[in-house]
Amino acid sequence: MSLALAVGLQALTGVAMLLIISLGLAVIFGMMRVINLAHGEFLMLGGYSAILAVRHGVNIWVAMLVVAPLVVGLLGALVERLVIRRLYGRMVDTMLATWGLSLALIGFVSMIFGNTVGGFSAPLGSVDVGGFYTSAYSLFLVFAAALMVGAVWLVLRRTPFGLLARGTMQNPEMASALGVATERVYAVTFAAGAALSGLAGGLIAPLSGVVPTMGTAYIAKAFITVITGGAAMLAGTLSASVLLGGVGVLATFLTTPVLGEVVLLAVAIILVRLLPHGITGRFFRRAL
Amino acid sequence: MSLSRRNALRSLAAASATLAAPAIFRHAALGADPITVVGIHDASGGLDIYGQPMIACLDFAVDEVNAGGGLLGREIKLINYDPQSNIQLYTQFATQAATSDHAAVVHGGITSASREAIRPILRRYKTLYFYNTQYEGGVCDRNCFCTGSTPAQNVESLVPYIMKKWGKKVYIVAADYNYGQITSKWLTKYTRDGGGDVVAVEFFPLNVTDFGPTIQKIQQAKPDMVISALVGGAHVSFYRQWAAAGMKSRIPMASTTFGGGNESLLLSPEEGDGIVVAFSYFQEVDNPANKAFLEKFHAKLGAKAPYLGGELAMRTYTGFNLWAAGVRKAGSIDRIKVIEALETGIGVDGPPGRTVLDGKTNHVSLDVYFAEVQNHGFKILEHFADRPPADTASVCDLAAHPNTDKQFVVDVKI
Repeated sequence: MSLALAVGLQALTGVAMLLIISLGLAVIFGMMRVINLAHGEFLMLGGYSAILAVRHGVNIWVAMLVVAPLVVGLLGALVERLVIRRLYGRMVDTMLATWGLSLALIGFVSMIFGNTVGGFSAPLGSVDVGGFYTSAYSLFLVFAAALMVGAVWLVLRRTPFGLLARGTMQNPEMASALGVATERVYAVTFAAGAALSGLAGGLIAPLSGVVPTMGTAYIAKAFITVITGGAAMLAGTLSASVLLGGVGVLATFLTTPVLGEVVLLAVAIILVRLLPHGITGRFFRRAL
Repeated sequence: MSLSRRNALRSLAAASATLAAPAIFRHAALGADPITVVGIHDASGGLDIYGQPMIACLDFAVDEVNAGGGLLGREIKLINYDPQSNIQLYTQFATQAATSDHAAVVHGGITSASREAIRPILRRYKTLYFYNTQYEGGVCDRNCFCTGSTPAQNVESLVPYIMKKWGKKVYIVAADYNYGQITSKWLTKYTRDGGGDVVAVEFFPLNVTDFGPTIQKIQQAKPDMVISALVGGAHVSFYRQWAAAGMKSRIPMASTTFGGGNESLLLSPEEGDGIVVAFSYFQEVDNPANKAFLEKFHAKLGAKAPYLGGELAMRTYTGFNLWAAGVRKAGSIDRIKVIEALETGIGVDGPPGRTVLDGKTNHVSLDVYFAEVQNHGFKILEHFADRPPADTASVCDLAAHPNTDKQFVVDVKI
């Protein structure tokens, strides 16, 4: 019984992890149709910002929750202004440009900080769940993931900017004809997506550690989650995270870590084959 | 001073004499063309944490020999290639080293996968090859000298040591490629030899970063210890998540890989301290040769000197010196002559202790140290002198079968 509880918590953490690393990409790729191959490096920069801030004496929570998204959000705004703005509607070109950006960022960070930066350990200690110890911080991640989804939903549903953003993504010409400054909407949305990625990087840093090449370990999973999710950005990413994360953790637990990865990918492939437009192509179609 | 013709002529003559003198010496020193040595180590990409210290040590070793007058009166020219953690580039650079650089020897390869990519190429092109990394053992090839430690040297003594300390139930976590697969077999064998029990062996693809489910499984199995043969940046997450779950104080851990790169620097002391490892060198080794080496190394590289945690960088330094000793003994850089000289059982003294080549296996006898991670560095616990490569020796005999060309794998049922 307590084992079931421990595994359940683990599955919940797995789902939260997927959700956290995918949400920024969901905004940039799912909403804006920009294939951001530098997503992994946005996570990496979030991690670095948090670590450097902690080293300069900033409180660990401020570093993770404020500094990381702020820094990467600003970088996102810069990247949008210099690169992405010229490439809207040209999906393959955004892919090439952001791939180049990803290589440049890895090289840049290795050059400045070298390949070894000491990290910080996860705060909050551990908790005893019926005889099984688990880190309290990973439970906090579940809470943080829920908060992030809630915040994105609130902004898109309940604020004037959210309305403009949704309108602009659906039909930019019409939005523009109605007097919306679409360029600014695009810029802010991209920066927000980048900030979410930065926040994710800050949040995972204590559990994963930070090296310049860490992005490669996350980008494939983020893309798989967002694509499996389908058109409705938020509901899609959420349902795909629950499905893939849950299945992945359970398979890892019941078999081996190798098979766990295989099962996660197999489920994604089967889903995309059966539901070419993602989960939200058929279910939750009217959701966000 | 008035400028008379005589004075001017005299000073001219003196000047030309000073100019000419070094030219004469230079000719004497050159004697012949430089000897080309090629290094192939990852200076970028995911493996740069291992590659960069190895390159620094190879550079240092070459400079040291050149400063002492070179080899056979010839200067050594070192070419470093960066395969960028990409196996395809390894094969390309190995071919280039053999065919266009005409290298006298190639030092390089970090992962076992990269070694197995370039070993056949260098054998085919008859170019001497040194692999200076701790690995799973069993390579049997007269053209290839493996100068790092193997399981019979580190694991065989480490396993009984920790079993005596912690208990008999062992849980193994390992990287999912040839190194982890083969090393976990050795771990299993030595655990059973000592009357212990391996409760589970789990393999992880190199990009796995979430170890939560495994940490729960380990708690369910309740082992007396965990032994890790995990490799690379992503796998460092395991130690973090293990500590974050509060397991570090409950189940002790040993590792065959931790500290080979920069793991001890990446983790905070709360996460890393107490992990027990075995290598043939640590920067903290306390002997006069190591002290002298570190002084020179830091004087030359200053703040850029890398931390020489595990043995990889030091084995590269020692491997180069072994090759140089072979060349001196052979009096030639001819491949066969150097191999024959090396196989007579040449040895070199250095910071890790004495390293002696075993002519039957082309592996080395070396000193092994046990250490415990302590505040980003290591605290030496035990020192064993002169451990022979018994694992490879049990399957490989190049003296009797000089044409062998394969990697033997120990047969242990898991």
